Amino acid sequence: MAQAVNNGVNVDALLAAREALKNTPAAGEFTWRASCKWQNGTYARSSVQGFRGLGAEQSHRSEFSFETDHPEVFAAEDRGATPVELVLVGLASCLTAGVAAVAQNRGIQLRSVEAKLEGDMNIGGILGVDPDIRKGYDKIRVAFHIDADASKEDIEALVAQSQKRSAVFDIITNPTEVTVEVV
Amino acid sequence: MLAAHSIDHVVLERGDVGNAWRRGRWDSLRLLTPNWLSRLPGYAYAGSDPDGFMDLRGIVEFLAGYAADSRAPVRAQTAVSRIRRLHSGYQVLTQGGEIRCRTVVLATGAGSEPAVPALHRTVPDSIQCLTTVDYRNPDQLPAGGVLVVGAAATGVQLAREIHRSGRPVTLCVGEHVRLPRSYRGRDVLWWMEHSGVWNQRFDEIEDLERARRLPSPQLIGAQDGALDLNALAAAGIEIVGRLAAVRDGRALFSGGLAHLIALADLKMERLLDTFDAWAREHGIEAGVEAVERFEPTRVKTSPRLSIDLNRGEIRTILWATGFRPDYRWLDIPVLDRKGELRHEGGVVAESPGLYALGLPVLRRRKSTFISGAGADAPEIAAHLLNELAGQGRSAARGLS
Repeated sequence: MAQAVNNGVNVDALLAAREALKNTPAAGEFTWRASCKWQNGTYARSSVQGFRGLGAEQSHRSEFSFETDHPEVFAAEDRGATPVELVLVGLASCLTAGVAAVAQNRGIQLRSVEAKLEGDMNIGGILGVDPDIRKGYDKIRVAFHIDADASKEDIEALVAQSQKRSAVFDIITNPTEVTVEVV
Repeated sequence: MLAAHSIDHVVLERGDVGNAWRRGRWDSLRLLTPNWLSRLPGYAYAGSDPDGFMDLRGIVEFLAGYAADSRAPVRAQTAVSRIRRLHSGYQVLTQGGEIRCRTVVLATGAGSEPAVPALHRTVPDSIQCLTTVDYRNPDQLPAGGVLVVGAAATGVQLAREIHRSGRPVTLCVGEHVRLPRSYRGRDVLWWMEHSGVWNQRFDEIEDLERARRLPSPQLIGAQDGALDLNALAAAGIEIVGRLAAVRDGRALFSGGLAHLIALADLKMERLLDTFDAWAREHGIEAGVEAVERFEPTRVKTSPRLSIDLNRGEIRTILWATGFRPDYRWLDIPVLDRKGELRHEGGVVAESPGLYALGLPVLRRRKSTFISGAGADAPEIAAHLLNELAGQGRSAARGLS
């Protein structure tokens, strides 16, 4: 059944990597990077290219660039999506990629997958109105619309497994240490 | 078994028979398994309550009875301090002296010491911390709120017991196993046993490592044993996500609780589907009640993500975070990088003549349970006898 299903994920390579890492877990240490250059106001341009993994410096094929800003209702120029929206993009895309990988591994043919996200936030937090108002999201909701060759229960299991192995889901739902220094 | 084959053997016990059940367990403990499942080779529960659940005294009596009945050569009060491999066999150092033998069966289990997460060191000193090995009953706890960390069988049982003592309880829930106590009129373990799920062999299980790490199901040894998160929440216990960190005196809980709840519900559904399929295929529909399904686990909207441990709301933390084995006395390099024994169905291939019993999914899903150990023992014994015979032949040929 696995041969007939093609979601475009090289599951064999992933499983082989998993086996290899069981014996040499240190080889699994990766460091991802991003850099950001202020442009003007709340407008900034971030780029991603190099990262470290498998014991060596690696590079994406080209530099990826992201422009971010605040919207007009924030008295800004709206030259890009907001950073908090990029976080939703990160979560959505991580979960979606996971759905594809798990579906491939389980022999489920996907026809379409769409994730719609909503994150609730009170901007009084970032504006300093009240220290008890959280700066980040109070709640994030993800809704998956999936058309696939599988029962509703199998699709739900698929989505549950995707969360289980999702990096961004973990980053958002669990505490992560962040250190900021001025060089 | 070994006696039947006239193999000279001895059973070493650091305390008295059933030592682990005599100490380090809470007062109200009962087995999760109904009494009819308490079976060992040639010995079975013979009391008047087969559908009941043994308490601590009953368990100790049962094991002591088996030891006497099978005339097992037990040396009590004989703690083992070291086991080493010799050129031909093993050296076992005990408080009663040294023993040399050709084969060793490790039956110390996987639960020798509590596995408390490293973050316990960051808990403020004002809070009393204890593990499930220290806990006996609610009376030993100070008045006030209790944070129970871990929602496997022990965690949910003690959360309910402590809550009933009048103390507010907050339960931290990570990955867990949801099971009904009773399904279609029969105990869930009747289904596990008869449908073959419990007898599934280790070499038939796709993700064996995961199966071996599964937390114990949220059950209690009682007929009114509804211990799932819905029942606990209805009773007034606060359900929060996995304890992820303690930062500046604040306990931080994962925001992924809904996911783990969905996962546990899905897995329970799948298991019940398996039971139903088996019932249909084996024509036993007449002997059981109609198919039933259970309420999905409800997550409270916006469960708390943190508690300030310095504010006095929580006076006690009970670590119900599981156990790990203690192999400090095993002076043979047969442990993996996580400190677990490397074995194939209980046979430690790297050290011929060394075996284990009673570990999770050692040979079958039921290996850690009393009846499971009883089922695994003949197979381990067969391998062991073969090993001895092989050693004998080698010795005869002057090869060892």
